[in-house]
Amino acid sequence: MIPTPDLSHLKKQDYDQIYEPAEDTFLLLDALEEDGENLKASNPSICLEVGSGSGCVTSFISKIIGTAVHTAIVQRLSGKVDVILFNPPYVPTSEEEVIEAQKYGNIGGAWAGGADGMQVTDVFLGRVERLLSPSGRFYLVALKENNIPKICKDMADKYGLESKIVLQRRAGREHLFIICFTRMGLQD
Amino acid sequence: MVRLITHNVLACHAKNCNTNNFPLQFKDVKVEHREAEFNADFLKGFLPKLEWKALVDTAKELGDTSLPDEQPEMLDDEFLQNLHHVLLEIHVEEGSMTCPNCGHVYPIFNGIPNMLLAEHEIG
Repeated sequence: MIPTPDLSHLKKQDYDQIYEPAEDTFLLLDALEEDGENLKASNPSICLEVGSGSGCVTSFISKIIGTAVHTAIVQRLSGKVDVILFNPPYVPTSEEEVIEAQKYGNIGGAWAGGADGMQVTDVFLGRVERLLSPSGRFYLVALKENNIPKICKDMADKYGLESKIVLQRRAGREHLFIICFTRMGLQD
Repeated sequence: MVRLITHNVLACHAKNCNTNNFPLQFKDVKVEHREAEFNADFLKGFLPKLEWKALVDTAKELGDTSLPDEQPEMLDDEFLQNLHHVLLEIHVEEGSMTCPNCGHVYPIFNGIPNMLLAEHEIG
C-alpha cells in the first residue's frame, strides 16, 4: 500500500484558498493504486494534473510511476500526454456560482460545477482527446448526478475514447466514481 | 523547479497568443547545478516528447553546448549523460521567461515560475 502524501506542512488557513483533500481525493488515490499495473505498463513519461489543489494527487502518482509530472496547462503537448488526472468541480450548483467562483478565484471554484455539475468538466472533456498520447490514460472524478453513462457515451461518440469505472464509493451523500478513458482497444 | 525539461513543455497561454509562443525566452537568469539520479530508460522515453531545436538553443543560451543540433540515431552513453545534465540538472533559480510572440513576462522566484495570468489575459 502506498501511503497518502504527508500534508502536515499545510495549515488550516491554507485550506481557505485551496481544496483540502477529502473523500473524493482519497478515492482517486485508491483508484490510481488499483490501476497501478496498467499505469506502469503504459510506460508513461508525461503526466498532467488539471486543478492540482494541494498537490496531493500529483505527489501520490509520482510514487507509482516514478517519473516527471507537470501541473501546468501545456498546449505544446498535443498528443503527448501519457496520464491526465482531473478531479473537477463536480457539484451541481447555479450557473452564477460557477461564474463567480471562477472569476474571483475563490475556494468555491474547487466544487461549483453549475448545471448537472458539468459546466467546468465539459470544457475540459472537449480538449482531452487532443492532449492524450496514443497509449494515454485519463482519470476523471465524477458524481452520480453528473450522469456518468452520458459522459462515457459522449466521449466514445465524439472522440472515440472508451471508458471503464475503476472504483466507486459512497461518501456521505456523494456517490463518487473514478472513470478511466483511453483510446479504443486499450482497456483490459 | 524550472529545469529545461519543464521549460521545453511550456508555451505562452495568454489570451489570443497561439502562434510563435514557444519557446519562452530566458532573461536575467541565475542558474544552479544540482545532481539528479540518472535513468537511461526515462531519457529514451522522453526523447520523442521533446522539441529538440528549442532544447539545444536554450541550453546554448545557458552556456551548455554539449548537445548536437540533430537528435542522434545512436543513443550512446555520452549523449545520454549530456542529455541528462541539460534536462534535469540545470536549475533556473531566478530571472524570467518572455513570450517571443506577445511579450508576456513570466517571472521566476526561488526556482518557482509564476505562470498565472491576470484575469483580462485569460483566453
